[in-house]
Order: sequence, then C-alpha cells, then structure tokens
Amino acid sequence: MTESSRQNPMRVEREIELIDAGVIGDVERPLTVVERVVNNDAVQRLTILVAIIIIWELYARWLDNALLFPTFTETVQTFSRDIANGVLIDRTLTSLRTLALGYAFGLALAALLTTFAVASGIGTRILSTLTAMFNPLPAIALLPLALIWFGLGTPSLVFVIIHSVLWAVALNTLIGFRSVPETLRMSGRNLGLKGARYVGLILIPAAFPSILAGLKIGWAFAWRTLVAAELVFGVSSRSGGIGWYIFEARNDLDTATVFSGLLTVILIGLVVESVIFRTLEARTVNLWGMQR
Amino acid sequence: MTSTLLDVSGVTLQYKTPRHLVTATYRVDFSVHQSDRFVILGPSGCGKSTLLKAVGGFMPPVEGSIRIRDREIDSPGPDRMMVFQEFEQLMPWKTVYQNVLFPMKVTRRFAPAEAAARTDAVIEKVGLAKFRDVYPHMLSGGMKMRVAIARAMALEPDILLMDEPFAALDALTRRTMQQELLALWEQLRFTVLFVTHSIEEAIIVGSRILVLSPHPGRVRAELDAGGLDHNSIGKPEFGALSKRINYLLFGDDQKQHTSEGGRA
Repeated sequence: MTESSRQNPMRVEREIELIDAGVIGDVERPLTVVERVVNNDAVQRLTILVAIIIIWELYARWLDNALLFPTFTETVQTFSRDIANGVLIDRTLTSLRTLALGYAFGLALAALLTTFAVASGIGTRILSTLTAMFNPLPAIALLPLALIWFGLGTPSLVFVIIHSVLWAVALNTLIGFRSVPETLRMSGRNLGLKGARYVGLILIPAAFPSILAGLKIGWAFAWRTLVAAELVFGVSSRSGGIGWYIFEARNDLDTATVFSGLLTVILIGLVVESVIFRTLEARTVNLWGMQR
Repeated sequence: MTSTLLDVSGVTLQYKTPRHLVTATYRVDFSVHQSDRFVILGPSGCGKSTLLKAVGGFMPPVEGSIRIRDREIDSPGPDRMMVFQEFEQLMPWKTVYQNVLFPMKVTRRFAPAEAAARTDAVIEKVGLAKFRDVYPHMLSGGMKMRVAIARAMALEPDILLMDEPFAALDALTRRTMQQELLALWEQLRFTVLFVTHSIEEAIIVGSRILVLSPHPGRVRAELDAGGLDHNSIGKPEFGALSKRINYLLFGDDQKQHTSEGGRA
C-alpha cells in the first residue's frame, strides 16, 4: 500500500456543479454566409478558373503573337461570333449526336456483357480476357479499320466510341459487383431475391460508386476519341463535328478559331463532369455516404 | 411436440476453403420452440455462425436435416430473417424508412398501405421516429442495429436469426441493445435464434442455451436460462450458471489433469 501510494500519490476526487456553457451560444450553430461561401466547392472551382484565365490573358498579351497564342478576349470574341452565326452550335450538335449514339450503344453492350459475366464463371473469364485485350488498345487505332469496314461517316465514329466506352464501363461494373459486401448479398438473398431483381435491387446500387467511375472514364474516353477521329478524317457528308471545325481553322492559320474550338471541347467536358456527373454523384453516392 | 418450430437433427456441416475441407459442426441436434430465445453459445471455431447460416438456408447440411414448421429448409427465405453482426446489411442507398419497408415490398407479403403503416409503427417502436428519413451512414452503431432488427421484425418472420448482433458494439450500447431486445420480446414474443460467444450475454438474452464444443462443433449441453437478465447478474443463480457453462466449455481438460477440476 505504501509502495503503491509513493508511486501514485493520493489524488483528490472532485464533484462540481456544471459551469454555465450558455455564453458560447447554441451547441450546434449554422455557419455564417461568408463561411459557407468560402467552403463552397463551386466557389473554389470558379476561383481556380478565373486565375487560369487571368494567367492566360497576361501571358498572351506579353507574347503578343496572335498566330501562336491568341489572348483570352480574342478567343472569346471568335467564340461568341461563331456561336452567334450558328457554325459552332451546328458543329457541336453534330459531335454530341454521334457521341450520344456511341455512348448509349457502348453502355448497352457493357450491361449485356457484365450481366453475362456475373451469371456464370465462364462469362467472367471471357469478360476479363476481352477487357485485358482491348482496354489498352487506343480506340483511335481502330479508326483505319473502322473506315475500311463502315466507310467514311457516322457508323465508323460510333464504332470507335463504342470501343472506348465498352471496356472501361464493363471492367468497372464487374469490379463493383465483385466488391459488394457479403453481408449485403446475403441479406438480399435472405429476402428471396434472385436473378434480375437481385442484380437490379442489390448489386447495381451497391456497386454504384464503381459503376459511376466507369461511366465517367467511359465518357472522357468517348469524347476524346470522337474529337480525335473527327480531326483525322475530317468531314463526312457536309456536316462536320467540332474536330472538323478545329481542323478547318488550322488550315486557315486562324489560331483564335482553333482556340475557340478547343475551348468548346473543354467547356463541354467541364459541363458534363461538373454539372451532370457531379449532380448524379451528389444525389447518389455522396447522399448515401458511399463516397466522400 | 406441436410447439416445435425449428428442428435440427444430426446436422453435420462442412465447407471448403481453397486448401481444406472444414467440418464446422458434427451431428448437432436441437429444437427451438415457439417464442424461445434460443442461444447457441460456444468459443470461436465451434461452427455456431455456420450453423445459423445453414438454418438461414445459405448452406445445405452434409448429413442430417433442418426443418422449420415440418418443412425441409432448402434455400434462403424471408420466413427466417437474418440480422448480421456487420452493419453492412442495411442498404446505404435507402433511408431508415425505405430500409424497413424494403423487405415487405419485395416479398409482397403486405398490401402497400399496410406495409407503410407497419413500417412507421415498427420504427416508432424501436425509437427511431426522428431518424425516419436519414441514411444509414449517419446513424450510430446501436441505431443501425435497431433498424436491422426493425426491418427483420416488421416482416413477422417465423424466426429471427441473429449472428452475434451486438459483438461489434461498445459495452454500454451492447447492454442497452440487450435490454431493448428483451423488452421487444416481452411485447411481441417472437422466436429468436441467437449466436454469441459471450457467456454473460447468453445468460442474459437466452431462455435456452445450447453449448457447443469446438473443432468440430458438437453439442455439449442444453441448459435452461429463463428468468435471468441484467438484474440478476450479481445473484448466486447467475454465477452458478455462468460457472457451470465455463466448466462445460473449458473444464474437461483440467479435470483430466487435476482430479479435483477446481476452477477459479
């Protein structure tokens, strides 16, 4: 006892009345408007964009060579001119129409392949082999072949877009299905769910973070492939896409128009990524706490 | 005889790992009656969770039979609702309300209006009315557990299968959950098959305790434990039963070595 009390000197016990914590206000206090604005994701992103634009403008003015590097204002002028006279809108719509077609077909095929893959062991092996073969193959490398098979025109473009979407989406979906927790699977089967209902009600929502990642990668691949393909074989019939718009302007050494074309490509990318996919994310995986 | 709900006789369970064939249980018999709080107790490796999975219909026995209401169990079904140890059983993409409603919706056991009313009633009963429209990731472990129990109970299964449901909770929450489970049982008198490795929990929760020995799981004893709960922890009956189970589980070896077999 004396031994231990030398090591641990007797400490006074205490019991006190609670001090008043009312002065700090509510335990849970809403953030002020300024705090919320500063923390806002959109505001932060916008600030970054503005910074990039300022750097661009300053650099181009300092360089002072419209042929090599037009200023931001010049690019925006060209951009709004071509929007106003409808050329750019027309070109963009042509591209987007082809893209939507290819993306939709790619998704449908991916859904078919993954369903087949989860249904059987041999299906899984077929899909993983095919994915291993074709995923690293750049879609644009298939364009010459597509031109031979389908000729100059939309079918060739759709073919290469399907190729760029299919493997990314199928691979991610399969990985997602595989990583669904065993407990969740069992709790689904416990309710007697089987087949398509099991896949639709349990597997797809549970694997949604991966599926969404696949959709995003697929979209980026498809958009890139499309613009590149349009640049390679230019115009089909009379309506070229956004790639053709850029190609034409380069032939005229009209760098500002090239820039305005590139700006359109970037803007569409930004809108799809930060409006469509971000909204989808906020309403699904973020809301469900499956992804931060 | 008529009150026998679940009958397990001579059940041997085996499963394969990539390198081994593991025998989880060997010729286990027991029968669960209506409104039993039947606890399967044993150290890890006695195949108690595997046994529960077999009752759930996830695993056919190699030998013997498992019958519920005189019907052979051959696949999973909503008449035997499982409550798992992991909290992942709640669907992260559904709110508390939708999670409780979901089993009733997919099994189509109740009309839509009735299912909705039952969902609200059972959420109220487990004290989560304020969290009705919240997603599972915002709930504490104890609250998730209550949702899991609520969704299982709302379906009125023949039997509730609980696989160490409180093992992952902290001691205080576990105690509360045990009390809540008992309170709910007082109210509804459902039948529950409960797996645990804690002797104390088995005595508190169970009305009947099946003691399994490990490697492979074999029945060591079936004991009565009705009437003992948290309030009886300090009482001599509780201590005596706890000692007896301790002896059943760990005492044999010592008896062979020291003839007295005394335990601290």
